[in-house]
Amino acid sequence: MSKLVDIKGLTKIYEATTALYNVNLELEGGHIVGLLGPNGSGKTTMIKILCGLLHPSAGTVTVDGHEIGVDTKRVISYLPDQTYLDGNMSIQDTIQLFVDFYPDFDPNRAFDMLNSLNINPAARLKTLSKGNKEKVQLILVMSRRAKLYILDEPIAGVDPAARDYILNTIISNYDPEATIIISTHLISDVEKILDDVIFLQFGQIALHATVDEIRSKEGKSVDALFREVYKC
Amino acid sequence: MPWNLDSDRPIFVQIVEHLQYDIVSGVYAPGQKLPSVRDLAAVASVNPNTMQRALSELERDGYMHSERTSGRFITEDTHMIDELKTRLATAQINEFLPRMERLGLTKEEILNLVEQSIKE
Repeated sequence: MSKLVDIKGLTKIYEATTALYNVNLELEGGHIVGLLGPNGSGKTTMIKILCGLLHPSAGTVTVDGHEIGVDTKRVISYLPDQTYLDGNMSIQDTIQLFVDFYPDFDPNRAFDMLNSLNINPAARLKTLSKGNKEKVQLILVMSRRAKLYILDEPIAGVDPAARDYILNTIISNYDPEATIIISTHLISDVEKILDDVIFLQFGQIALHATVDEIRSKEGKSVDALFREVYKC
Repeated sequence: MPWNLDSDRPIFVQIVEHLQYDIVSGVYAPGQKLPSVRDLAAVASVNPNTMQRALSELERDGYMHSERTSGRFITEDTHMIDELKTRLATAQINEFLPRMERLGLTKEEILNLVEQSIKE
């Protein structure tokens, strides 16, 4: 069986900077994976290559057996670290846009989640607070039935209560066959819901293990280990 | 309410313990049907795969069993649940006693203090 994500010898060089160097990574379906690393370690570069927004300098990447392209974009639901939505549009119009764009988008899920978070679908995006804007974007991403969800900093701007709601949404809504990659600095908030963690350092994978392997081997949380490994 | 889990011990072990306490204390009665893996994971705020592994472990130990179509049930063997209760209680006492001894208390003094606390 082919892996959901298969990365071989991936290298990305920006002029003088090497963002990723010879990264090898295989991920199966049905996992929640934390992509962790200090600023500038290559997280967003790796995510953008998976989503087809950047081209590798060397190496191969396949998702669901396909090289990055139309076929992979169809099965990847991506939450970028910056918004790309039109602030003048209302939430319900944006939902309609997603319905038109993605055959796997379920508007009922989106409206249910908006309702539980007390967000009015008639509101225009630019009138929302920063946190609510982030929630809406995450709702849009999680309302697709994708095979691979890639969330770049999904909970950074939202309050702790909404964070819990969002993490619960991720646990209870995702398809058991799908994999979710979460890039975040808020490790202690997410580590309970992760299967695996990947530590990136200087553009390479420094560690790839399950949360419980780390806890039983190191006797400390992933958060504590991160603070130790990347101590400034 | 998310379950209260320690951050430095494996999550899997803590889920197993938590469910064992729930079985012993009657949160789940003998023979009762358990919520789905996904619902339990959401309540506990843990990864569904980890919850699944914990349930499989409890099944292997005989505290619950799955029926192919209808779900997962707590054992009806109350004798087994009583044994588990004794085992969990003994584990607590084995943690408690060394701490009391570290305070320099003799066995009689510990017993007296425990008796007094129970009366109050």
